[in-house]
Amino acid sequence: MRLIRAFNRRVKLYTRCSAQQRQTWLYRLVLLLPIPLAIYALGVGRYPISVEDVVRALYDYVFSRHDPNFQPDVVYNLITRIRLPRIVAAMLIGSSLAVTGAAFQGIFRNPLVDSNILGVTSGAGFGAALLLLLNANMLYVQISAFIFGLLAVMIAYFVSRLYYSAPLLVLTLVGILVGSFFSSLTSMLKYLADPLDTLPAITYWLMGGLNDVTSRDIPALLVVTSAGLVFMWGVRWRLNVLSLGDSEASALGLNPTRLKLLVIIFSTMMTALAVSVGGVIGWVGLVIPHAARTLIGPDHQRLIPASIALGAVFLLSIDTLSRTLWANEVPLGVFTGIVGVPLLLLILRVNKTGWR
Amino acid sequence: MAVILNANSLSYSYQPNQPVLCNVSLSVDTNTIMYLLGHNGCGKTTLLEVLSGLRAPQQGDVWLNGSSVYKLPSHRRAQRIGLVPQMHTPIFAYTVRDVVLMGRTPYLRLFGTPGREDHEIVDEAIEAVGLISQRSRSYTELSGGEQRLTLIARGLAQQTDVLLLDEPTAHLDPRNQRLVLEKVAQLAEQKVAFVISSHNPNSALLYAHQIAVMKAGQIVARGTPADVLTEETLSMSYDMPVEVIYNQEQVARAVMPRRIDTSNGGGLLSLP
Repeated sequence: MRLIRAFNRRVKLYTRCSAQQRQTWLYRLVLLLPIPLAIYALGVGRYPISVEDVVRALYDYVFSRHDPNFQPDVVYNLITRIRLPRIVAAMLIGSSLAVTGAAFQGIFRNPLVDSNILGVTSGAGFGAALLLLLNANMLYVQISAFIFGLLAVMIAYFVSRLYYSAPLLVLTLVGILVGSFFSSLTSMLKYLADPLDTLPAITYWLMGGLNDVTSRDIPALLVVTSAGLVFMWGVRWRLNVLSLGDSEASALGLNPTRLKLLVIIFSTMMTALAVSVGGVIGWVGLVIPHAARTLIGPDHQRLIPASIALGAVFLLSIDTLSRTLWANEVPLGVFTGIVGVPLLLLILRVNKTGWR
Repeated sequence: MAVILNANSLSYSYQPNQPVLCNVSLSVDTNTIMYLLGHNGCGKTTLLEVLSGLRAPQQGDVWLNGSSVYKLPSHRRAQRIGLVPQMHTPIFAYTVRDVVLMGRTPYLRLFGTPGREDHEIVDEAIEAVGLISQRSRSYTELSGGEQRLTLIARGLAQQTDVLLLDEPTAHLDPRNQRLVLEKVAQLAEQKVAFVISSHNPNSALLYAHQIAVMKAGQIVARGTPADVLTEETLSMSYDMPVEVIYNQEQVARAVMPRRIDTSNGGGLLSLP
């Protein structure tokens, strides 16, 4: 009881200072957060490394001037070959999922959707399960996941084009249907899988995780995600206008159909790639935009950069916890849910504005 | 006065053979307020959407300062004609300033965001509707009248020649109705021409320079309030008996519906 009262008092103090000042400071803080966190995360693990060594290794890596006399190869390689790819992947995937969630909530005018609403994750899950069942190489599993993720959204999009009225509503509905269709197919594959060999592989893959990420995964992830993040950042103002609805957006001189299609294409590419590398990681796309909105307000000019930063921070924190807390890693997709749900409840407790 | 908006024999239908607008023509002068009156479903909102260029008519054309609305690129069109919707239901709690800033969209590039000049124009627009003290408040916390004024400010920030207002006083109490319409009257004197759809002939009596009365997709009467707001025209348009009350100088002061006297075989109740 006393704890709750103390918490309420904090909330009251926090809400008393000018909302705009608070939001501006929080916005700056949020944007700065990923860098120190990444440096910290590079240092922690089964083999702890000092911040100084981390910074030196990064510096040497960027300017490719590693000298074993100053820093042992073991430390350098551990940082740049083992931890760096995983941390970069965690941040890129977190940013992708969060920013596409924010964009989808804007264009669908619905605070309860994320980029999975059109079936991309279920499609990708099926694509991965299919090749895992066939004992294929991990690279092909990823490619298959990516292709089936895109395929699911394309099916949803083209089926919804058959109906002319309420296109967005039909698209959402068809997306949910296609998603559950692919989930059923995945369950079918699991049923057919060998319970000692392929079934665990499929199950673990679907739980998500970054333990298999290598530096080989990074280039594609970096290129596609960066392109997507730049696009989302570019259209951040237009997302405000799109969130007013189609007729108001066109009265203000936009072409909402074309712009929404572009947002969907970029989001789908980013999400499909994120899922193909990290498996199914839920909650980030839903929770992070809400958290960002609570902290800095609903204006997409700030919401988009803040979602990018917070998504990176959230997934990197979860991934770092999952690899350091216990000897055995907790699957990432499970952990995001376990942390994400209480976080969302906390946000709902603190947040009384941000959406209607 | 110069004609700014000219619509020629517009016809529009959502479904084939069910015309919503039928051969509608009208012209709007600069610095005037034109009222569109008519029963529910007579096509007022559709006409506003067609005039604004959101819907292209199957027949006819709309000329804005000498160029066809439908041939303009969408952002150019939105720089010259604005549509203020009846109801705006924001899904996120934008501030008044955010909402009005969105009026600057037609002037921004694809990846652009509003700059300092846009913010100045927006502050002027908010000042013009008298909401400067409310600009940091959330739109959802405002009263109905203030919400309409915010949307009108957004239209002003669009810096158009013509603003189309779809029922700007619906659901407002008399004080808020007056607040909104007085602002509109002031703004019309300065630079903008307004086309307002309404269900309130009395406010047309007070504020309109021109009135067009619609019935079932057609304009049945057009002219000054004195010409149009007559018992004959209104009774015909609304399909019910309407009484116009005049003052001693024979100037119309109020428009009243008349009750049917059921005890008297359906005759009209006479007013005391």
